[in-house]
Parts: sequence; structure tokens; C-alpha cells
Amino acid sequence: MDFSFTPEQEMLRKTVRDFAEKEIAPKVDWMDETGKVPMDLVKRMSELGFGGVLIAKEYGGTGVGHIARIIILEEIGRVSAAMANTLQIHHLGESPIIYFGTEEQKKKWLPSMAKGKKIGALALTEPVGGSDVLGIQTVAKKEGDAYVITGRKCFITNSHISDVCGVIAKTGEKELTCFIVEKGTPGFSPGREENKFGLRGCNTGEVVLENCKVPAENMIGKPGDGLRIALSCISNVGRAGVGASALGIVRRCLEEAVKYANKRTLYGKPIADIQAIQWLITDIYMDYEISRWMAYYAAWLRDQGARCDAENSLQKFWTTEAAVRCAQKLVDIFGAYGVLKEYVPQRLLRDAWPLVSAAGTLEIMKLVMVREVLRKYA
Amino acid sequence: MNFLNVIVCIKQVPDPQHLSKITIDPISKTIRREDVPAVINPLDKHALEEGLRIRDKYGGRVIVLSMCPPQAELACREALAMGADEAILLCDRAFAGADTLSTSYSLSLAIKRIGGFNMILCGNETVDGSTGQVPPQLADFLNVPHVTRARKIEFTNEGMVRVERSIEYGYMVVEVTLPAVIAVTKEINVPRIPTVSGILEAHQREVKVWTAKDIEAEEEKIGLAGSPTQVVDIFSPEIGRKGEILKGEPEEVVKLLVQRLHELGVI
Repeated sequence: MDFSFTPEQEMLRKTVRDFAEKEIAPKVDWMDETGKVPMDLVKRMSELGFGGVLIAKEYGGTGVGHIARIIILEEIGRVSAAMANTLQIHHLGESPIIYFGTEEQKKKWLPSMAKGKKIGALALTEPVGGSDVLGIQTVAKKEGDAYVITGRKCFITNSHISDVCGVIAKTGEKELTCFIVEKGTPGFSPGREENKFGLRGCNTGEVVLENCKVPAENMIGKPGDGLRIALSCISNVGRAGVGASALGIVRRCLEEAVKYANKRTLYGKPIADIQAIQWLITDIYMDYEISRWMAYYAAWLRDQGARCDAENSLQKFWTTEAAVRCAQKLVDIFGAYGVLKEYVPQRLLRDAWPLVSAAGTLEIMKLVMVREVLRKYA
Repeated sequence: MNFLNVIVCIKQVPDPQHLSKITIDPISKTIRREDVPAVINPLDKHALEEGLRIRDKYGGRVIVLSMCPPQAELACREALAMGADEAILLCDRAFAGADTLSTSYSLSLAIKRIGGFNMILCGNETVDGSTGQVPPQLADFLNVPHVTRARKIEFTNEGMVRVERSIEYGYMVVEVTLPAVIAVTKEINVPRIPTVSGILEAHQREVKVWTAKDIEAEEEKIGLAGSPTQVVDIFSPEIGRKGEILKGEPEEVVKLLVQRLHELGVI
């Protein structure tokens, strides 16, 4: 077993870290204060090729795959989980087209999405259907060679900035179908924008469809494929991406904990010499290593083409929970400074928490895992 | 304007963000660089960026040249990822222990082997040695003019550049005929970040490796043998403080303090 990264992957990590520290870091405070999305950075990430890592070369991407994707998201998440989550949802918006689209659909949308000219999103959740996917009430009725979609989606990341949005709608009793709806389509608009306590700078809000007429050729797959498409994309791309964004937070917690503990003195010595602080740092280290290898293992499975829903759920469950507890421990290590807005621990904690239920609650992650466990270990 | 080659000299150095991890071997008086990540010398990156901008505007090719141990292949690949057309690594045990003069000699031979060039760009100094001597010495070996501390380069007439050169409290403007060696400061530009496709392509391309024999170097002029300067000692100086305690009532102490600061020339 070779656990090392390739020279290209190491260079990619270094490059993304450089970009995140030089270009994202200066805007983090502004994002946190205003809650606004720095669209120049969103476009810039795609200019550098981060938006096209899952898209094949013939459609304008690089096709480097899922391990490379996790590297990019971890390094960006280390500086701003808000930016990492924005990017990973862009990948999620691409994924129905990448994995289930026709050749015409791929040629139509993927090149502009790879270059960041069009930003992606996936709209599934509704007030009545998040965990209960089949409970969604957005309806798509066939009229001639088009579908007319009516409904309201909530808690959609990139709701107000996306140009190409995958929308999951009911086309029959317990029949879900996936449509691509482009910005500017009459009857399609963003609704309320949410004001979150964390992940600020990552846009979350409603998507409203009022008799929105979408050509039949915008359907991904066939009627009824929507559930499979949604769950597959959310599992393999969405959950992996949320986990990677959280991984960046855990990594940052570890670095900040060590840096602060070496610098801060108490009783005439650095607090890194105090055993209680050492235990906190070790806890964060253990969480980082476990989260890291789980995230990369799941990505490796995906790059091999293997089914990995349980592994995706496991890494997302573990890493998002780890991000919250590591950020809490970091606040503790910083003492009173940990709760001040000038210091990073409080932002890491506020950014970690919204990731816990993103792309599925902890309980749903357990349901996905137990199905696989009961089958595999029977 | 038709451009030939811009040659950019780069060096792999310890990452300045991790300089505190560097230790000094007390016997060999060398810097222990294990466990310290290595990067392209920051000012060399600015030099490379300037070369790429010149190429993008006027045509020609950017060739990166480095005299370093084998691990500097990574630095060369990073330069390729940024957009350099070619990368050459001068790598040979015979180059070990080289000071700036010996290094400049070897680089000049490699440049002569590369052939025609309009400009050689370097970072003004490296973060490890910080001598700033290689660019002027290189120019001397190549018998071309040089400008150091360049913060802006503009092309005026065919074959001439106008360079703003940083000096204390300002800058001076010089005109220099090409070909020339120009050493740049960080004010000159913001280096580009490699793209994902640039990184992938860089790892599929060749980094040429040249030895002392390939550049027909004279044995007595390279490496330790060719180095008139030797490192005798490396140490971290102890910075002590001259303490003086002024005692008395607050008003008296203030008067005394002002008087002392006056005497010391501080105010």
C-alpha cells in the first residue's frame, strides 16, 4: 500500500495553499462581517482550474479526479470553509451532468462550468423534504416538449449566485426527475437569502420556481431517475466536499493550537509544556489524522470507480463532528482570547457547525452506513 | 520587437516561512535543511514572472536555469507549471560547496551552451545566502551590463530597456542595452499561481540535467575548489541590551530620561 501523494498532488497542495493564503485570506474578515460572496474569488478558483477537476479534458476540465478535489478543498477550507463549500457545491452542480448527462448536455454546460463562467448548484431540499427526499413537493408537469416546474427549495448553497442549477422535482407519484434550469429562465429566481452564524461568505437561500418552463432536453436521464441521480451526486460529490471543507477546519485548528501553545506562556513556560494543553492538542491531532485518511480513502475508492456511499457518509459524519469539537478545544486552548472576534478560533467553530447537517444529517449518515454494514458483515 | 530567449536563474531555498526550524551543524558550519520545506527563492519567482510577462507580450521563450542538488527538480517543475518553456538543472557533485563566484562561473557556461538570449533575469538575492552577488558576477562572466534592484522594466527602443532601480528613499532610472542581466525586487510584479493543467503538464515534461562535463567546466573553477570565499563560521548573534535604571520621583525621572535620550541622539 502506498499512502504517499504523487509529486503532482503535492505541487497541487502547495499551489492551492499559496492561493488561499495570498488571495482568500485577506477577504475572510470581510466575508465574515458582511456575509457576502466574493464573486471575484469564485471565478478566480475556476480560472486556476479548481472548478473543472471532475470534468474530463474533452469538456474543458482537467479530469484529475476526487483525490485532487479533496486536496483543493482541504487547503481552501483551511483558510475559509465558506469558500471551500462554495466551490464544492459548484462541483455538485456539475455532477448530474458529468455522471448522468448525454453527450449534448455535457458539451452544452460543462465547458463554461469548468472555466467558472457559469456557477453550479443542486436544489433538492424543501421545508418538508430534506432527509425525507420523497416528501418534496416541487412538481414538474409535462406540456408539449417542455416541463413546467412549480415549487420552492430551501437551504440551497449558491442559490443566489448559480447560473446552472440542478432541480429535483416530482413528475409522478414517488417519481423524481432531475432538470437543469438556467439562470434567467422565466419563473426561476432566488428567494430569501439566509443569514447564517457561520460559513459566512457562502451563500445559502431559497430557489423559487413559479410555472418555470424548462425544455425537455434539460432533463438529466429519464423521468424517475431523479432520486438515484440526486443521492449518487450528493453521496459522492456533496458529502465528500462537505467533509473536505471540514477537514480544512480541523487542519487549521491543529496548526493554530500548536502555534499558540508554543507562544503563550504561563507559570514561566509555554503552555505547550502543560500536560492538559498537550492532551487537547493530541485530541485535535488524532481527529485530524483519522479525518484525513478517511477523506482520502473515500476519494481513492471513488477514483477507482468503486461504490463508496458508506465511506462517504463515514468521513462526512466523522470530519464534520471533528471540526466542531476541535474548534471547541481550540477556543479552550486560547482561553478568553478564543471568544474574541479578532482571533480565529471562534470563526472556525461558527464555520464548522453548519457543515454537520449539510448534505445530510448525522442520523442519515448512520442510516447509509448501517445498510452497508448489515450487508457486508452478514 | 522580436524576442529570443529570456533566461531566468532560480535557486531552491528553505521556505522563509519555516526559517525558525533551521539549525546549524556546529562541525561543518552548514545549514541543516532536513525537515524544512524547500521553495523557489521568492525573488526568483518574481524574476520568472517578469520573464513570462515579457514572453507573453513580445514572444520568444523563457528558459529556467538552476544550479542545485537533485531535489531542485521540483523547483524546476514548479517553474514549468508557472509557464516556463524549458527547465535546465545544473546538477553534479563537482558543484558542491560553490560560493557565488564559482556558481556564477558555472551558470555562465550553461548560458553559453543555451545560446542566444536577450535578457537574464534573477532575483536580487536569496533568502539563505542573501549576498546578492551572483547577478553582477554572472554579467561579468558573460561580458554584458547588469542592473540590480530592478522594480520596473520597460522596453524603449529596439534593444534597450529602461529600468527603475530601487535605492534608499526612492528609485533611480537607468537605461541599459540588451542583452543584460537584471536582478529584480519584489515590487516588480505579483507572481502568477500555476493552474491545475499547468501542474499536470509540468510533470509530463523533461527537466534537462546538465553536469560539469556537459558545460565543459574547468575543474579548478567549480565547487569548493573554485570558491575563493569559504564559510568559516555560522552563528546566531546574541542580542544583548544595555540597561540603565533611572530612579527618583516621576518628574525627576522624566527630566533625566529626556536628557539621556538627547545625549544618545534619539531625540
